[in-house]
Amino acid sequence: MGLQESLASKKFVVTSEIGPPKGTHIQEMLADAELLRGRVEGINVTDLQSSVMRLGSLSVCHLLQERGLEPIFQMTCRDRNRLGLQADLLSASVLGIKNVLALTGDYASLGDHPQAKPVFDLDSVSLLRVIKALEAGTDMVGNPLSGAPKFFAGAVVNPGGNPVEAQIFKMEKKIKAGASFFQTQAVYDVGAFEKFMKRAAPFQAPVLAGIIMLKSAGMARFMNKNVAGVFVPEPLIQKMAKAEDRVKTSIEIAAELIKELKGMCQGVHIMPIGWENKVPAVLDAAKL
Amino acid sequence: MLLSQQKPLEEILGFLEREKNIFIFGCNGCAEASGTGGKPQVLEMKEALEKAGKKVTGFSVVDFLCQKALVQSRLRGKTKELKAADSILAMTCGVGVQAVAAVSNKITHPACNTLPLGGMRGEWQGSERCQECGDCVLDMTGGICPLTACSKFLLNGACGGTTKEGKCEVDQEMECGWRLIYERLEKLGQVEKLRQVYDPKDHSKMMPPKGLRLSERWALEQGK
Repeated sequence: MGLQESLASKKFVVTSEIGPPKGTHIQEMLADAELLRGRVEGINVTDLQSSVMRLGSLSVCHLLQERGLEPIFQMTCRDRNRLGLQADLLSASVLGIKNVLALTGDYASLGDHPQAKPVFDLDSVSLLRVIKALEAGTDMVGNPLSGAPKFFAGAVVNPGGNPVEAQIFKMEKKIKAGASFFQTQAVYDVGAFEKFMKRAAPFQAPVLAGIIMLKSAGMARFMNKNVAGVFVPEPLIQKMAKAEDRVKTSIEIAAELIKELKGMCQGVHIMPIGWENKVPAVLDAAKL
Repeated sequence: MLLSQQKPLEEILGFLEREKNIFIFGCNGCAEASGTGGKPQVLEMKEALEKAGKKVTGFSVVDFLCQKALVQSRLRGKTKELKAADSILAMTCGVGVQAVAAVSNKITHPACNTLPLGGMRGEWQGSERCQECGDCVLDMTGGICPLTACSKFLLNGACGGTTKEGKCEVDQEMECGWRLIYERLEKLGQVEKLRQVYDPKDHSKMMPPKGLRLSERWALEQGK
């Protein structure tokens, strides 16, 4: 069952992601993707994640598609203007790629080319509207297309946004603009996430809670300090600090989070960030 | 207001490597306010150039170097000194440098780097900046411009990058513009305005409008 059908069937859905390499050696990335075969409903392919120049998302989505895996094409507005974005959407469509995750994107100065001119001609909301327009058979200014694409569009939301009300307003806008599902920033504070979901409940949009595996106590502290909207509660940090086997503890924490989140949202999105080969163990431990 | 910053002297002397006789222009507008092109800086520069073996044929501090008609009228009184100069050093913003270059018919070197201010023109008004986008959205955003207050110039609300302290993750010194907008709208009882979905900006509106291009002032600036 594909991502769209799985979400429609109301089952608990798991997605994960792979990050294209910086260069042309793709074997390791493809091996990571293979580990997810049969375990997830969709695989996000990140779009120059953290604003670091690397292999593009579109071609990697195509490689997954060819191998019978279901890609989710992440698309940011940082590097392409409205012409480039529309063209790449059409390109994705003719390559058979259906799922698109529309993002504004990290700012260019946060990556390895801080000299770059950031584009942001469109934002996530307008990108979703553009997807809708293309599906209706025109470009974003109303010119007719010879053949219209069909997508399943999603978006992101940060449940730890500040203020969270602003995130709720934006989430509502994204739904209005065409988002059919949401993936979130990493969740560690289950109580706060539950509150967020209560506010988002009226929208009835499927939400996949973000899971980032903790690699160490240091990583948790780093995220608390530097990653907007991420809050790792102290007990989890202590657990990692005291762990004899950090990998084992990390898997336990992720699985425990998934079990707790299960009653609150329609799925999880696991972002392994280098620990791709540990995702199956997390899913085993979470009994998924 | 255009904010400028003087280039390192070595860079300026590099520009003047092949020239001996230099005329200096200063500006009593934004460059004076920036401390880069007022009379004291012009005199300091004169001294520095002379120390480096150059001859300063003359100098002039004009009220607004960005106004070409004004620059032209000031040039007339300095014909001799200008004629004696191999080149001009303009201690002002990029607009001023281009204006001097356009009306002097002489090599004109910039002495300053112009720092981006998000399109702010006229007098300095604190942190409120205008990008001159030609399609004002301030009514919808509580009087805070998202094009200049948000790093990503977002029109449809905050991204996920607001820190716990309410700053922008791109620059932790900077307030998150959309947080400010949210707070302002809340204070004004207008949070409903956050539901408005904006069309992407029409960048063709960032061109000077036709009415201005037909004006006498415009013609003067274009040297027509």
